[in-house]
Amino acid sequence: MTPAVLYALTGLGLFVLGLHALIVHAHLLRKILAFNVMGSGVFLVLAGLAGRTPSGIPDPVPHAMVITGIVVAVAATALALSLMLRVTGATGHARLPDETER
Amino acid sequence: MTLDAWVPLLVLCSSLVPGLLIFGLEESRVRLRTTLNLAGALTKLALVGVMLWGVAHGHTYEVRVTFLPGLDLALRAGPLALLFLVLSSLLWLVTTIYAIGYLEGSPHRSRFFGFFSLCVTATVGVAMAADMLTFLLFYEMLTLATYPLVVHRGTEVARRAGQVYLAYTIGGGALMLLGIVWLYTLTGTLEFTPRGFVSELDPSHHSALILIFVFLITGLGVKAALIPLHAWLPMAMVAPAPVSALLHAVAVVKAGAFGIVRVVYEVFGVEFAALLGVMMPLAILAAATILYGSLRAVFQDDLKRRLAFSTVSQVSYIVLGVAIASPIATVGGLVHLVHQGLMKITLFFCAGNLAETLGIHKISEMNGVGRRMPWTMVAFTVAAFGMIGAPPVAGFITKWYLGLGALDAGQHWVLLVLAGSSLLNAVYFLPILHAAWFREPPATWPEEREFGRREIAPALLWPPLVTAVAALLAGLFAALPFSPLEWARFIAEQEFSRP
Amino acid sequence: MDTAVLLQSGLTAPILVPLIGALLAFVIRRWATPIGLLSVVALLGAVILQVPSLFADGPQRLAVGGWGTPLGVDLYADGLSIAMLLMSGVVGLGISLYAAAYFRGTPARGQAFWPLWLFLLTALNALFLSADIFNLYVTLEILGLSAVALTAIAGGADALVGAMRYLLVSLLGSLAYLLGVALLYHAYGTVDIALLAERIAAEPAAWAAMGLMSAGLMLKTALFPLHFWLPPAHASAAAPVSAALSALVVKGSFYLLLRLWIALFGELAGGVATLLGLLGAAAILWGSIQALVQTRLKLLIAYSTVAQIGYLFLAFPLAVGTGITAWSGALYLALSHALAKAAMFLVAGNLLRFGGHDRIAELDRVVQRLPLSMAAFALAGVSIMGLPPSGGFIGKWLLLEAALTEGRWAWAIVIVLGGVLAATYVFKVVGNAFTQSENPHQAQPVPATMEWVAFALAVGAVLMGLIVSQPLALLEIGDPFGIRAEAAVP
Repeated sequence: MTPAVLYALTGLGLFVLGLHALIVHAHLLRKILAFNVMGSGVFLVLAGLAGRTPSGIPDPVPHAMVITGIVVAVAATALALSLMLRVTGATGHARLPDETER
Repeated sequence: MTLDAWVPLLVLCSSLVPGLLIFGLEESRVRLRTTLNLAGALTKLALVGVMLWGVAHGHTYEVRVTFLPGLDLALRAGPLALLFLVLSSLLWLVTTIYAIGYLEGSPHRSRFFGFFSLCVTATVGVAMAADMLTFLLFYEMLTLATYPLVVHRGTEVARRAGQVYLAYTIGGGALMLLGIVWLYTLTGTLEFTPRGFVSELDPSHHSALILIFVFLITGLGVKAALIPLHAWLPMAMVAPAPVSALLHAVAVVKAGAFGIVRVVYEVFGVEFAALLGVMMPLAILAAATILYGSLRAVFQDDLKRRLAFSTVSQVSYIVLGVAIASPIATVGGLVHLVHQGLMKITLFFCAGNLAETLGIHKISEMNGVGRRMPWTMVAFTVAAFGMIGAPPVAGFITKWYLGLGALDAGQHWVLLVLAGSSLLNAVYFLPILHAAWFREPPATWPEEREFGRREIAPALLWPPLVTAVAALLAGLFAALPFSPLEWARFIAEQEFSRP
Repeated sequence: MDTAVLLQSGLTAPILVPLIGALLAFVIRRWATPIGLLSVVALLGAVILQVPSLFADGPQRLAVGGWGTPLGVDLYADGLSIAMLLMSGVVGLGISLYAAAYFRGTPARGQAFWPLWLFLLTALNALFLSADIFNLYVTLEILGLSAVALTAIAGGADALVGAMRYLLVSLLGSLAYLLGVALLYHAYGTVDIALLAERIAAEPAAWAAMGLMSAGLMLKTALFPLHFWLPPAHASAAAPVSAALSALVVKGSFYLLLRLWIALFGELAGGVATLLGLLGAAAILWGSIQALVQTRLKLLIAYSTVAQIGYLFLAFPLAVGTGITAWSGALYLALSHALAKAAMFLVAGNLLRFGGHDRIAELDRVVQRLPLSMAAFALAGVSIMGLPPSGGFIGKWLLLEAALTEGRWAWAIVIVLGGVLAATYVFKVVGNAFTQSENPHQAQPVPATMEWVAFALAVGAVLMGLIVSQPLALLEIGDPFGIRAEAAVP
C-alpha cells in the first residue's frame, strides 16, 4: 500500500465518519463540524491521489482545487454558523424542529 | 399566404379577439360589451357565409403552421367542417342575444361573456381542425373555456358540478392524448384524410389500432355523453340557461359527436373500421345510450334534467348514424348534428324563459303555462314534436334517413331502437305539452315577474322563436340546396365515393 | 475574426454582468434596486445577442485566461447552454421586476436581496457555461449558498429552519459531488468534460464517481425520495425567492446531471437510467398526491415542483433508443416549468400580500378581487397540467412520443396520470375563483407590477406551446445530446 492510497483511504474514512455524525447528531453545531470533517476527507483524497509528474513534482492541479475548496468551505461554514445563530434566536433551540437532541 | 388562407384565421379571431377584449372591460360597460359580442357574432356569420359559398364552388380554405418537427397545426374548412361551422356560428349569434337578455343586471358578466366567446372560438377551432393534433388543442381549450361557465353561479352545487365535469373531461382528454400520440408513432401523420389514413398499416398493428380507436372514442364519448360517460351532463344543468343551450346544442356535446364523425370517417375510414370490427360495438353503444337516455328522461321531474337526458339520447343518433356505416345512415347522422342543435337549443331557451318569468323549474309546475306564455310554449311545442320525430319538423328527416340507412345496411334491429326511442320521446314530451296547453293554470306561479304586456323581454323571446322556425324550415325545405340535408348528402357523397 | 472576438467577450457577459452588479449592489446599498434591475436587463440583452451568432456559427468555446487544458477554466456554450441562459434571463427579469415592487415596503430586506440574487444569477449562468467538472462544483456551491441566504431573508422561524435544512442538504450534495470529482481526476487526469468523455471507461472508479455525483445532484434537484427539504424551504421563502428556487435553482443541478449523464455516464450503466426513471415516476405520483392534500397554497405549489421534477427524470430511461425526442421533451418541460412555476409562486405572493394568508380553503375571498393574478395562476396551471397549448404540453407530447415509439407503456401511463393529478390540484385552487363569498378579507393593495409580471410569465409558458420549432432548433445546436456523433460511428 503506497502512502498515496493510505491518504486516500483515510480521506474516505473521514468522509464516512463525517456523514455518520451528520445524520446522528441533532445539534446544528455538530452537524456543521461534521461537514468540515467530510470536507477535509475529500480534500485529503484530492491531495493524496494527486499524481506525480515525470519530473517528480506533484501535480499542482489538485492543490489548486483543494485551496479553492477550502475557500468555499470557509464561506459555507460562516453562512451555516450565522444561520444557526438566527435559528437559535428564532426557535430557542440549536437544532431542527423534528429532530431530538441526542 | 393567399387570401383564402386568412379566412379560417379570421373566423377564429372574430370570437377570440372580442372575448379577450371583454375580459378587460369594466362590469358597467354594458353597451360596449354588447356591441363587441354582436359585432363578433355577425362578423363570424358573414365569414362563414363566404366560406360556405366558396366551398360549394370548389374552394378550399386552409392555413397551416409548423408546430413540432413533422407535425403542423392546420385549419381547413371543408364541407364537413362547414356543416358544424354554420350551425355554431348561427346559434352563437342567437345564444349571444339570448344571454345578453338573460344575464341583464347579474354579476360577473364580463367574465361570463369572455369565456363564452372563448368557448365558441374553441368550437369553431374543433370544426376546422385539419388534423388530430389541432383538434385536440381546441378540444382541450373547449374544456377549459366551459368550466367557468358551468360554475358561473358560484354555488356549492355549481362547484361540485364543475368538479365532476372536469373529472370526466380531463380524464377523457388524457386518454385521447395517449391514443393520438400512439397513432402518431404508428403512422407518422395525424392529418384528417377522406376514407382514413390507417388502413395501409401492417395487419400486425390491428390490435393496437383497435385500442387506439377505443381510447379516442372514450375521450370523445365523454363530451358526446355516451353511456357510461354521461353523468356530468345532467349535473351541469346548474349552469345558467344560455350555457346549457350552448353546452347541449352548439359546443360541448357536439364537439364530441363531431370528433367521433372525424375519427370514424377521416382517421380510420368506415370500411376499415368495419374491418377492424369496431363499428358494431359502437352502434350498440349508441343504441344503448339512445334508449337509456330516453328512459331516464321519462322519470325526471326537473325540466332541465329531463332535457339533459334527452340530449344524452339524441346526440347518440349522430353516433348511430355514423356507426351503421351506410351512406344513407351517414346522411341521417350528419344532418342530426344540425337538427338536434336547432331543436334542443329551442327547448333550453324555453326552459330558461319559464324559469325567468314564472320561476318554473319542474314539469309538475307547468300546468296551463301555455295560456300564460303562449309564444314560448309554441316554440317549445314545435321543438318537442321535432324531437319525437313528427313530420314536418327536422327531427323527422333524421329518423327517416337513419331508418332507411339501417335497412340499406341490413341492420333491422336499428328500426326497433328508433321506434322504441320515438315512443319514449313521446312519453316524456307529450305529457308536458298536454299539461301546458290543456290543464288549468294554478292560482299563483312559483315566482312571477312582470314584463308589462309581453310575456317576457324580447331578447329572450325571439331566439327560441327563430330557432323553432329554423327547425321547422329545415324539415319543410329539406330538399332545397344548402339545406342541412342537402349539405349532409354532399359530405356523404365525398366520404363514400371511390377515388 | 472580429465577430469571433465579439462573441467570445459576449460569452463571459452573462457571468460578469450580474457579478459586477452584485458587488455594486452590495457596496452602494441605497441604489441596490436600480443596479439590480439594470444588471438583469443587461444580462438578458447579452444572452439574446448570443443567439443569432450561435445559430450562424455553432457552439462556442472560450479559454478564460488562456491556461488551456487540463487546468483550463473553459467556457462552453451550445444550444442547450444558451437555452438555459435564456430561461434564467427571462425568468430572472420577471422575478427582479416583481422583487422591486415586493420589497418596496421593506427596504432593509430589499438591500439584502439584491446582491444575493445577483450572485445567484452569476453562479447559475456560470454553471450553464462551464465546461469542467471542478468549476461546476464551485458554481454549484455558490448557487446553493446564495439560495440558502435568500431563503433566510424572509426571516421568521419557518424560513430560517427551512433555510438551515436546505443548507445542510445542499452542502451534503456538493461534497458528494466533489468526492466524485476527485475520483474522476485521479483516474483520468482531467476535469474537462469533453476530455473525460474520451477517456472514461466502465471501471470501479468511474462507477463510484457516477454514484457519488449523481446522488449529490439528485439530492440538490430534490428527486424523490430526496425531496424532503424542498417544500419547507420553497414554501417559507419570500415570494420572489420561492419563484427563483423552484423555477431556476433546481434546474441548475438537473442541468448538470443531464450534461454529465449524456457526456460521461450514459454509456456506463443502463440500469441506473431505469432507476432514475422509476424515482421520477414515484416523484410524479407522490408529489402530485402531496400537492393535492396540502391546505396551504405555497406548499401545494412546492409539492407540484417535486412532481414536475419527476417528469424531467423520465427522460433518462426514455432516451435509450429515442435519444433526442426524450431529451428535448424533458428540457422543454424544464424551460416551460420555469416560467409557469415562477408565475405560480409570484401569484401566491400576491394573494399573501392581499389577504394576509394562503389557506386554500379561504382563498375564495381573495381571488375574486385579484382576477389578473388568478388568470396568471390558471394559465400557468395549463402548462403544469400539460394541456395544449402550452410548453408543458409540448414537453409531455415529446416524452409520450418517446415512450410509445418504443412501446414502453408504463412510462406513458405515468406521464398521462401525472397530468390528470396536476389538473386536480390546479383546479382545487382555481375553483375558488368562481365561488361567491359574502365576507371579504381586510385587504392590502397589491402593486400592479406584481400582478402583471406573474401574468406575463404565465403567458410566456403558454406561448412556448405555440412557438415550438425555434426553441427545439436552439436546443439542437452543437449536438448536446450526442445523437449525430453517435450516428457517425457505425
